[in-house]
Amino acid sequence: MDMMRKERIDRGIKVRTEGIYAISSYREILYLMGPRLLLIVGVLVLPLFLELAPYWKRVINIMFVYSLLALAFDFLANYVGLVCLGGAFFVGVGGYFTAIFNVYLHLPIYLSIPLATILGAIFCTITVLPCLPLRGVYFAIVTLMYPLLATRVIEALNILGGTNGITGVDSFPHEYAEQYIVIIVMLLFLFGMRRFVNQDIGLVIRGVKDNDQAVKASGISITYMKTLAVFIASFMCCFGGAYIAHLYMWAGLSLFALDFSIIPIASVVIGGGGTLVGAVIGSFILVPLSEFLRFFGTFRIVIYCAALTAFIVLKSEGLMVYLQRKYHQFERWVKV
Amino acid sequence: MGKGMNDNIIISVKGISKSFGGLKALIDVSFEVRAGEIYGIIGPNGSGKTTLINCITGFIRPNAGHVSFRGHDITNMPPHKIAHMGIARTFQIMRPYYSLPAFKNLIVPLWSPRARKTGGWRGGGKHGDRDTVAVDILEEIGFERDSRVPYKLASTLPTGYQKRLELARCIALRPEIIFCDEVFSGLSMSEIASMLPLIEKLKMDGITLIMVEHRLRELFRVADRVMALNFGEKIAEGVYSEVIEDKRVKEAYLGSEEV
Repeated sequence: MDMMRKERIDRGIKVRTEGIYAISSYREILYLMGPRLLLIVGVLVLPLFLELAPYWKRVINIMFVYSLLALAFDFLANYVGLVCLGGAFFVGVGGYFTAIFNVYLHLPIYLSIPLATILGAIFCTITVLPCLPLRGVYFAIVTLMYPLLATRVIEALNILGGTNGITGVDSFPHEYAEQYIVIIVMLLFLFGMRRFVNQDIGLVIRGVKDNDQAVKASGISITYMKTLAVFIASFMCCFGGAYIAHLYMWAGLSLFALDFSIIPIASVVIGGGGTLVGAVIGSFILVPLSEFLRFFGTFRIVIYCAALTAFIVLKSEGLMVYLQRKYHQFERWVKV
Repeated sequence: MGKGMNDNIIISVKGISKSFGGLKALIDVSFEVRAGEIYGIIGPNGSGKTTLINCITGFIRPNAGHVSFRGHDITNMPPHKIAHMGIARTFQIMRPYYSLPAFKNLIVPLWSPRARKTGGWRGGGKHGDRDTVAVDILEEIGFERDSRVPYKLASTLPTGYQKRLELARCIALRPEIIFCDEVFSGLSMSEIASMLPLIEKLKMDGITLIMVEHRLRELFRVADRVMALNFGEKIAEGVYSEVIEDKRVKEAYLGSEEV
């Protein structure tokens, strides 16, 4: 009996669209822009559809925040080589910073969010700085401690509202403002990051992941590159935290909850690490799923875990890697 | 060596010692290299050749001793600052940036502060871009420009090309000195034969080369002077005919005659 093997070949249209000739026909332009437009238009019209299901509005807002966190995790883990389990720390810092600006200093919302994002990111970067020489699992464990530490410090010193948190944070002026700000920021970061990792500076950062010794030998400080990467990632997360604080009109200890560290990682696993867009798609699946399973009460954790496990076992490469392969290549059986 | 030659000394290593726990990897090693020469470092396995390079380029801190480059003390400086001064190195174990195409591997050194300071990343033109310069350097070092080789993923390149890529990464930095850590090991005779003109071309360009080698014959074809290490100690130094006839060098490689 003949042995058969599956062979994968690039579609003709994929090869044709790689060069400048991509702009020679509508079909090729559509091939390139189709998936991107689908995502952009899809998320932009989503709030309009949600008029039919108002309950889901808040879930969808949180979903976009999670996709930002997943984007940050994917960038740090798969492009810089820093597995950061401290996403919740960045979220909490962003949330508390915006609450301080808004409630204590009476800054309006359109100043408090940007300020909290930038200053929060600087604060996060400085605090993470001491563990940047760590690699691999050691960096992961130490960053996992950061949100726990922050919670204990706020509790013990009874500062920033202690266990009650800071209440009275301004809400968004309009429902559409609330929804579109996070959608637009998410899209900007998604396409911005995709561009960034292919710029020259992005390539240097990816070099740190592949071989940090060689980057040093090229006269570049890897501490500087890692610091820059952590700043970018915490920038995204701090925006997410500031947004949530204004959404809930409250900044409290639950902003440091483990969910903000773990769900983004699960999203990246489901979506496919290293694709960036996969992280976003992953959270589009996980967050609504987890909300939908609320119906099952505490049993939902079991279903959630089973779904995750099934995904990891059956499609360990990630959804996005699988879809991209199907889109760009066809398969056929050939004799060995 | 005449006294007038001292002005020409580009790097001087004085009394470097390094021990890992009880193991003495380097014991009081000193040598000087003149600008523009090819200096070979030989020695059997475990004699401390790579440790010596690591100490000079800042990847390991020596326990004692000093390294000076053009009169500046560079002992204990971090590796990226040493590289910034113009001291490049290859690694014995080749590790290209696997996830990048071969020519994109050179973006890292071309982006470095040194390349930007010297303007080396622009190549000849005033408004060059790094990709073009990278492909130019790869062509210079033996990647055929019109083939797809420079654009292939670095992880898929054959060993010979990966070795060249290591060297290309150094050249992109426009260094004054290149430390080559066993660039010939693992290559076939024909691959080595095609590397040798490259080494000579680097010398013509005025780059000082310090080559750590296992393969004596290839090294002796290019090296001006050679130093031999054994168990972390310098046992001989001089032109190749002297060193190869040295009794201690023969013993180190072949074992002593008395049992």
